[in-house]
Amino acid sequence: MKHVVSIEDLDNKRIMGLLKRASELLPIAKGEKKSDILKGKILSTCFFEASTRTRLSFESAMQRLGGSCIGFADPSATSHLKGETLSDAIRMVAGYSDAVVLRHPREGAAKLASEVSEVPIINGGDGAGQHPTQTLLDLFTIKEEIGKLENLKVGMLGDLRYGRTVHSLSQALDRFNTKLYFISPESLAMPEYVTDELTGEWSTHQNLENILSELDVLYVTRIQKERFPDVEDYKRVAGAYRINSELLNNAKPKMRILHPLPRVDEISTDIDNTKHAAYFRQAFNGVPVRMALLEQLIRGKK
Amino acid sequence: MSDNLLRVQPIRNGTVIDHIKPGCGRKVLDILNLSGSDTTISLLINVQSKHQKRKDIIKVEDRELNEIEIEKLALLSPNAIVNIIRNYAVAGKKTIEIPPFISEIVQCPNENCICNNERGVSTNFKLLSKENLQIKCTYCGRKMEEDSINFI
Repeated sequence: MKHVVSIEDLDNKRIMGLLKRASELLPIAKGEKKSDILKGKILSTCFFEASTRTRLSFESAMQRLGGSCIGFADPSATSHLKGETLSDAIRMVAGYSDAVVLRHPREGAAKLASEVSEVPIINGGDGAGQHPTQTLLDLFTIKEEIGKLENLKVGMLGDLRYGRTVHSLSQALDRFNTKLYFISPESLAMPEYVTDELTGEWSTHQNLENILSELDVLYVTRIQKERFPDVEDYKRVAGAYRINSELLNNAKPKMRILHPLPRVDEISTDIDNTKHAAYFRQAFNGVPVRMALLEQLIRGKK
Repeated sequence: MSDNLLRVQPIRNGTVIDHIKPGCGRKVLDILNLSGSDTTISLLINVQSKHQKRKDIIKVEDRELNEIEIEKLALLSPNAIVNIIRNYAVAGKKTIEIPPFISEIVQCPNENCICNNERGVSTNFKLLSKENLQIKCTYCGRKMEEDSINFI
């Protein structure tokens, strides 16, 4: 049995297989075709921390494949507060279902769960740690939008220090010979423990204008107000990293903008209707990618 | 060598930890809490050695080291050698080795790691590099080098 705790658990071959299968499952994900691939199977969604997007896309994916879901959306109603350990909770839930999606505020929670569970554990985000299905759907979106994953030039913009999505994604893209451009204020730069692991080419930049024309993909993250002790600092920095349609005049026509959402105002709404905007399709892509993963883990299909 | 032997008397029964990285002897004493045990301990610092330029040596009377102590010692001074002494003779020689996974003896520095927040979970680290000692928490992935390791 295979758990998916970290994107490192998946080699390139398995990633490409999942992305290919996700592409085949698109008509089912959109509801255009019906499926009973996972009929009679049950997925547990255990969210010890709220996350609407991840939970709903997993539940949608499971139900589109004919399966059903049980679980909880936040821990206040569970025995967690009565002092039950995560290990005990996972053993119990594993007995009720064929796979478990776990979201937890502590790093390493999914790894611990995988050590005690009788059924596959899928990490739906553990604190500041891993969120492998987010990385998979980011990779899928890039592949669908650009047509390939290899040898691309990908810019990452915004909060690169605390944004775990860009950490995992840059490590995953590095395996596909991507050239990475990290664009952020100095205080929110990509941490060394991430860049130390990169084997390919990467560079850091303070502003986007000079390099925008080179990029195939621009991955934007939200700069969070709470990272700045001073509100004026926040406004200045956030303003400097805002993207609008005027700025995109220099971009390649096929350049795509991704964003893990929710966005605040780092991407101006006047971009939403341009060909560059891929972030809403990216959010939808969580469904086919998670379908492919659920199918593989629950049916044991390669 | 004979000079060294004269400085501190041979022990009848116990353990001689030899070839400790110079300057590390006191740390080994502290972390293994050897001075807390009710036996005579000798610590030699900066002894001239054939293999290394200098080394530390610890002699512990009437006591042998257990597996956990040897694992800790391996992390503190990977080239140390443990001699078990019985009736003034070396009854056994153990070269110590850092195991591929280090369980229960090292604290994870990440306060938000699940291993620091759940009853009944032991810490567990993977050995990444022996040469420049580096270990990684198998739960949260936090990496640590030799000087940042905290023992439980």
